[in-house]
Amino acid sequence: MYAQMVKSEATQDDPDMLAAFQARVDAGEKIEPKDWMPAGYRKTLIRQIGQHAHSEIVGQLPEANWIARAPTLERKANLLAKVQDEAGHGLYLYCAVETLGVSRDELTEMLLDGRMKYSSIFNYPTLTWADMGAVGWLVDGAAIMNQVPLQRTSYGPYARSMVRICKEESFHQRQGFHVMMAMVKGSEAQKRMAQDALNRFWYPALMMFGPSDKDSVHSEQSMSWKIKMNTNDELRQKFVDETVPQAEYLGLTIPDEHMKWNEDTGHYDFTEPDWSEFFEVIQGNGPCNVDRIAARQKAWDDGAWVREAMVAHAEKKQSRKSAAE
Amino acid sequence: MNHLLEFLLRQGDNALVLGQRMSEWCGHGPALEEDIALANTALDLIGQTQLWLGYAAEVEGAGRDANDLAFMRDAYDFRNLLMLEVPNADFGRTLMRQFLFDAFQVPWLQALTDSADPRVAEIAAKSVKEAMYHLDRSTSTVIALGDGTAESNGFMQRALDYLWPYAAEVFAEDATDFAMAEVGVAPLPSSLRGQWKKTLQATLQEAHLTMPEGEFAHKGGRIGVRHTEHLGHLLATMQVLPRSYPDASW
Repeated sequence: MYAQMVKSEATQDDPDMLAAFQARVDAGEKIEPKDWMPAGYRKTLIRQIGQHAHSEIVGQLPEANWIARAPTLERKANLLAKVQDEAGHGLYLYCAVETLGVSRDELTEMLLDGRMKYSSIFNYPTLTWADMGAVGWLVDGAAIMNQVPLQRTSYGPYARSMVRICKEESFHQRQGFHVMMAMVKGSEAQKRMAQDALNRFWYPALMMFGPSDKDSVHSEQSMSWKIKMNTNDELRQKFVDETVPQAEYLGLTIPDEHMKWNEDTGHYDFTEPDWSEFFEVIQGNGPCNVDRIAARQKAWDDGAWVREAMVAHAEKKQSRKSAAE
Repeated sequence: MNHLLEFLLRQGDNALVLGQRMSEWCGHGPALEEDIALANTALDLIGQTQLWLGYAAEVEGAGRDANDLAFMRDAYDFRNLLMLEVPNADFGRTLMRQFLFDAFQVPWLQALTDSADPRVAEIAAKSVKEAMYHLDRSTSTVIALGDGTAESNGFMQRALDYLWPYAAEVFAEDATDFAMAEVGVAPLPSSLRGQWKKTLQATLQEAHLTMPEGEFAHKGGRIGVRHTEHLGHLLATMQVLPRSYPDASW
């Protein structure tokens, strides 16, 4: 769930065209890049897929933070492969946005100057090795809740990129759970790290689904366009219901004294996250917002000469080839 | 001295230290495609490390495994080339180093596929496919960046000038090299020097870069006499968890 609070654009298109478009969506047809689409649909998708892409790229940072310190060669290789997958997800998603008429460079600039957002979760720090477990287990777990239904989303390139991404994400989640398993079976210090990681990531993970439905103003249009498939609260509940037994299996305590099974609803009751913290993070006041963007900015600035040289070389090669013909 | 063990540590430590350096790029590359490619190279090298150090641990016969060798040895026991431990600095130096290494590593691993030691031959056969791909990529990147703009050419020339005094360390041979050549485990590295130089000349010329004239080469990394100051920091970071929590299993 790397897209949060994506503002759905009102649209002022021809009513007949809109009705025909809606009929296609309702019939489960995929909308392809060259098809007519409402301006609001296009804009909302650019924002949503763009935010998702940015989240993959910024999301590399908290995990890359531990590659150099991974405790075994196997763990190092697994983590490296995982973070590399995230870069790959970013790449497919930027390509999906490009089919809507915005280039990757433009999107990057919008990320760097704050016009576009990324998921709030990546503004939290990774402090111990157990965080590599918690991020995989909880963050990738939460992401899957949202992304599995998005495989059926109405926009073809987005739906197709989601198919591959979901396969990799479920692998990452298992990998994270495996790291957690080793931690809880390990020494006292490792168990402490595991519980501490859960304590720190639990509420930020719940925030990934976005604000409560009663405060979520953008859902209706996106749901009728099949850009958003479930409400925030539905997905959050599903995540809690699936995660609580996993935490029990690990012997870890979810940091919520009100968490309990509700026979009547058939779901767990749980405490909502502190939404004021969520809005602060979204506004740029999370623990790592400034450092995350600074890291992306540095990579962008330091890489400028490389990107320019690659283009210049390709052009020279082309003109040398033309001159020879 | 167990020359085979020494030889295997040299192979494994090269892969480990360069893999560790390459992995530092993950999330910070100049473009997504490069980020992915750098991580790929790092992954290949970590995989090769597991094979070389795994075999080294068996040959050592002291009940250690590849992870013990990677995480519980100190700088004075590392046997990697000095060039591989110096900091990445920038993308230019990182890719130039990769190229200088790959240009030796490809013919080296090709030769090792004929090793009298079947395990060495097996590891080399797997690794050489990866190394050939690395060489392909590092060659074309060095050419692109050397040829691209005046600025990028400057980056690449500075990288080459910095790395040059380290580049030929591998050809400073010692008793282990002679012992391995004697029993047919590996050829003498110097037997590949001509081919290495030829690869460099062709690529650097196409990249509009000037090969420095000096023949001087630092040494001490692969023979374990003297590393640079950088290795201790790399190991301090890499080894922090196993050393801080020796009773943990991860």
